[in-house]
Amino acid sequence: MGKQPCAVVGVGQTKYASTRGDVSMAGLVREAAYRALEDAEMTWADIDAVVLGKAPDFFEGVMMPELFLADALGCSGKPILRVHTAGSVGGSTALVASTLVQAGIHERVLVLGFEKQSESNAMWALSLPQPFSVSINAGAGGYFSPIMRQYIEISGAPELIGCLVAFKDRQHALKNPYAHLRQWDLTFEQVVDSPMLWQPIRYSETCPSSDGACAMVLGGERTALAASKPVAWVQATAMRSESNNFPGRNEVSPLASQECAKDLYRQAGITNPRAEIDMLEIYVPFSWYEPMWLESLGFAELGEGWKLVEEGATQLDGGDLPVNCSGGVLSSNPIGASGTIRFAEAALQVRGMAEERQVDGARRALGHAYGGGAQYFAMWIVGSEKP
Amino acid sequence: MRPVAVVASSIVQHPAMEDDTEVEFMVPLISDVKQQVGFDSQDFGFVCSGSSDFLSGQAFSFVHTLDAVGAVPPISESHVEMDGAWALYEAWVKLQLGEVDTALVYSYGKASPGSLKDVLATQLDPYYVTPLWPDAVSLAALGARAGLDSGAFTRRDMAEVAARSMANAQAHTRQASTPQAPSAQAPSPQAPSPKNTSQVPSPASNLAVRSGNLTVDEVLAAPETVPPFSEWDCAPDADGGVAVVLAAEEKAKQLCDRPVWIRGIDHRIDAQNIGARDLTRAPSAGLAAATAIAACLDTAENLDFVELYAPYSYQEIILLKEFGMATAGHQINPVSYQTNPAHFQVNPTGGVLSGHTMMASGLMRIAEASRLIAAGHGDRALAHATSGPLLQQNLVCLLEGE
Repeated sequence: MGKQPCAVVGVGQTKYASTRGDVSMAGLVREAAYRALEDAEMTWADIDAVVLGKAPDFFEGVMMPELFLADALGCSGKPILRVHTAGSVGGSTALVASTLVQAGIHERVLVLGFEKQSESNAMWALSLPQPFSVSINAGAGGYFSPIMRQYIEISGAPELIGCLVAFKDRQHALKNPYAHLRQWDLTFEQVVDSPMLWQPIRYSETCPSSDGACAMVLGGERTALAASKPVAWVQATAMRSESNNFPGRNEVSPLASQECAKDLYRQAGITNPRAEIDMLEIYVPFSWYEPMWLESLGFAELGEGWKLVEEGATQLDGGDLPVNCSGGVLSSNPIGASGTIRFAEAALQVRGMAEERQVDGARRALGHAYGGGAQYFAMWIVGSEKP
Repeated sequence: MRPVAVVASSIVQHPAMEDDTEVEFMVPLISDVKQQVGFDSQDFGFVCSGSSDFLSGQAFSFVHTLDAVGAVPPISESHVEMDGAWALYEAWVKLQLGEVDTALVYSYGKASPGSLKDVLATQLDPYYVTPLWPDAVSLAALGARAGLDSGAFTRRDMAEVAARSMANAQAHTRQASTPQAPSAQAPSPQAPSPKNTSQVPSPASNLAVRSGNLTVDEVLAAPETVPPFSEWDCAPDADGGVAVVLAAEEKAKQLCDRPVWIRGIDHRIDAQNIGARDLTRAPSAGLAAATAIAACLDTAENLDFVELYAPYSYQEIILLKEFGMATAGHQINPVSYQTNPAHFQVNPTGGVLSGHTMMASGLMRIAEASRLIAAGHGDRALAHATSGPLLQQNLVCLLEGE
């Protein structure tokens, strides 16, 4: 049968907040799903299958929540899959769904990522003992900070690059009505002066803990061509995983990240990512990961990614390579949904439906998510042109 | 539909893996299937696993199991927080695209450190139901009671299932290495060792955790545990794992003597609300079977056996009924089931009543069925997996040997 075309025909997001006390988990997922269906001009009955993704069940303490959420997701009598690939799950969920459409098994698939972090203790759940070492890190920031310090040392980047990224993303969030952190009065100096949590990451350079859900409706060619609104065609998809600990591992720019990106560009026929991709939604939970991912994804030479940040290239206003116009993970972070949000925001951009945060003329965008000890990667390229 | 076959498998199951972590007991299993097909990690087009890190007691624990596969250099890999049968489904879908020809699928569970029946109460509605802590056995007992009261089945019917399962498990000797792979593929002592150095396990003589020759009356006379059950009605929990290799088209024929083709596969879910369901039915099982069978009527009408994931004796009765009703207009051949019972078998391995590995028993049914077909025990089988309380979610896979 071969690979069939697939497109994003609807996007729905919840308002992200530290506590969505107004909804249960079922209410949270339905809010995003219902909005995606509305955007796609469909009803629950039109959906053939659901793919749900979220972070470890340890967070909320509900084992395999797709079971109790089946009817909230309109899934009675339908197939549902629950993907779990650590932090990249929001992205890999979209990839599994796109495979179902591309293989011709389903015509319309609902993708949904969510997290109800207010009903969990994510900090505790993320403080994992590492093999062969005394437990010395608290939270995800504790795990990644030595890696970011290594990047700073290797690259010689100036100290405040991270603060520039954080301030930029928080400014972008002011244009995103769904964002959790919308800090209207935040100044760059306040970012620099905020307390240091894990050297080099200050409080203001850290992702929040959010409740939220993000949904997309993926459709096959027939559905996409019949849509009255613009669609985002899936032009390339790729996933890579590597082991967490092995001698000689490049933790700053993991090989899995580089190879995943290369596979992605090969599929999309891209030889010059910087020139051929109009904007990026990449998974940056701690500020320094923006220059690090820019390098790993081939937008800058190794050791030079910070220069893109310094010269303002990644800003929505005036930059030629806008990154995280939604405000990114630094502004909203329901962990199970954060990857889906990246993929969905990329789709909104190429559909021309990103409202105030729209990059003018965006025709091709990259969505990216990573997970585990920076070892799981899920990426896609969406565009206004059918591949 | 692109033809995809099971070409190798390896299974382990023990009452409790006291000395090994999940990663430790998966290393030899995955090494075994690699050796069966002569592959290294890099040779698989896709890798997919099914497991529950919640069950394991540590967030992200499935990440560590990647070390049992070997992901250096990086691999294309995914994971579902579901029984491995659904990981196999995802891998099957991936192979349909035509970009890769092989997949490694694995699944495992180690419930022994905790109380599984109580852990499973967390699969329920966290606001209204879980706080009542209805354990899995008690819930299943409610289902059995509903069936007895409605006349859907009797205690004797349940006891027949239990007795036959124990007898089948006794009679059936299973080995850890599949007979599918040609013996020429087994590594010779002089061959250079593959990149990993884990040991291939010696074949287990029997993966059943319990078996025996019981009469129906002996089962009926056994003391009640959770009414209306005796111990024989409830699957004994075990630890274990399973690894399967899928291959497409010509590749499948290159990798083993007798590929076992997936002729149809589908899965469905019902709403969970236990108070709102007919507990004597499993509509999603019937629907999954109908959809899977629609792709392969000839296979479905000539089944030699079924391997069902029925952790409680009465659930086997419900499932068979759903599958008989499922084909609306095309009956699973009643001749082979009713008039020729010696030929058509239900759970020739003894099913999960002889041993239940949470998160893996579904994939184990597919692996066991494939192994039986490859060994010439039959040509066509239906393998089934379930998830959630009281047969809430179901997967059906139709298999046929080359």
